Amino acid sequence: MNLTLRIWRQQGPDTPGEMTEYRVSGISEDMSFLEMLDTLNEELILRGERPVAFDHDCREGICGACGMVINGQAHGPERTTTCQLHMRHFRDGDTIDVEPWRAGAFPVVRDLVVDRSALDRIIGSGGYVTAPTGSAPEAHATPVPKEAADLAFEHAECIGCGACVAACPNGSAMLFTAAKVVHLNVLPQGAPERASRVRNMVGTMDEEGFGGCTNTGECATACPKGIPLSGIARLNREFLRS
Amino acid sequence: MVMASATRTNRATRTPAPGRHPSSPASLWHSSVGKKAVMAVSGLVMLAYLVAHMLGNLKVFFGPDDINGYAHWLRTIGEPFLQHGWFLWLARLVLLAAVLAHGTAAYQLSRRDLRARPVKYVHRRPRATYATRTMRWGGVILGLFVVWHVLDLTTLTVNPAAEEGHPYQNIVASFSTWYSGAVYCLAMLALGLHVRHGFWSAAQTLGVNNPRRDRALKLGANALALLLTAGFLSVPVAVMTGLVR
Repeated sequence: MNLTLRIWRQQGPDTPGEMTEYRVSGISEDMSFLEMLDTLNEELILRGERPVAFDHDCREGICGACGMVINGQAHGPERTTTCQLHMRHFRDGDTIDVEPWRAGAFPVVRDLVVDRSALDRIIGSGGYVTAPTGSAPEAHATPVPKEAADLAFEHAECIGCGACVAACPNGSAMLFTAAKVVHLNVLPQGAPERASRVRNMVGTMDEEGFGGCTNTGECATACPKGIPLSGIARLNREFLRS
Repeated sequence: MVMASATRTNRATRTPAPGRHPSSPASLWHSSVGKKAVMAVSGLVMLAYLVAHMLGNLKVFFGPDDINGYAHWLRTIGEPFLQHGWFLWLARLVLLAAVLAHGTAAYQLSRRDLRARPVKYVHRRPRATYATRTMRWGGVILGLFVVWHVLDLTTLTVNPAAEEGHPYQNIVASFSTWYSGAVYCLAMLALGLHVRHGFWSAAQTLGVNNPRRDRALKLGANALALLLTAGFLSVPVAVMTGLVR
């Protein structure tokens, strides 16, 4: 496949950036999107140019490190992470726009790399259970109802990639915060801190400059892990009852 | 040894005391989720009023005496406990509070939302449904319409007939002018779109939505929007087609 790429290039946080056009050829449809960018970077390095910076780690769709907006869609046209998006979803001769996650709370570090520490600070304000650690407890010590376990697992799937923030027209982190709050609040282990957790996490989310939820549903559509929009309704309920 | 160090780490990283974001009406208003809840409740108050208003409007089809009598009855509600017309003023106060709360919260939330996405995407594509995308400007249009509507049929300032206590005559006179009918019809279409997203969104914001109710709530929102718009539109359409004269 031969492709035209228009990629956001930005030297640093304080320098202006712009979309820059590149051509890549000989792309296999079995390559992942990141492997296609690797191919481009190899060429750029050989030409003595600065390679395109992008975040990536496991390349198995489970770590949440990678992420870019491809043709206006977070993680591209398939409901998966960028590393698991394959070039077979594009056609020979396509022009593909690649941009970083755009949000006030996610400043661009370089090119397609953004600083997502704001999500970590939301977690730091309540995304845990304050309990003595030590060895793992006996599994039957705390019975968890099946329904609660399923719900917690569904929301615990969040890998914190930030696609929800990138897809939301308001740059809101509601789906992320909802996934973390629901995950812990429905479990008996998370129950004692149920009220303070949701208040602190929503408070931090607001302080970090994320937007509010207007229920457009873009986040849940973009989420590679299928965190449901109903999670936000649960978050709202948890917040109002606290 | 290991236990001790684990405990120490735990203490050191123990973040924000639970009281950092206290539970109070003020903190509710200052949070984005709380502000949305205020919008949801005030929106539902206005929606309940609109249903009653629309049903009352349909009395125009039963002739001048019916709707004029109904308008007079509205002023007698609560008598003798309330003075003549007090109920209506109480309702107006509640509605004014709802409009102000809804509009203020919407303005502040919109400012926050726009700040949260300072750099737009180069590659644009249509997002969300038309109803969802038009909530903000649709709301502004509805706000402006309410001002026009009150001047037209409550204070009668811009009404061509302006007969106090005779809403039937005022309605017919107003909708006999092309501009009044056009303004009203456009506003009612905007209302339908606003309610379509707003009703479901309120359920989501107040946390009463869940996957099992989602379909029913969306259907309910569509039905409510359709019935309200159709009910409200029937009056100007009837006047303009000569059915009501």
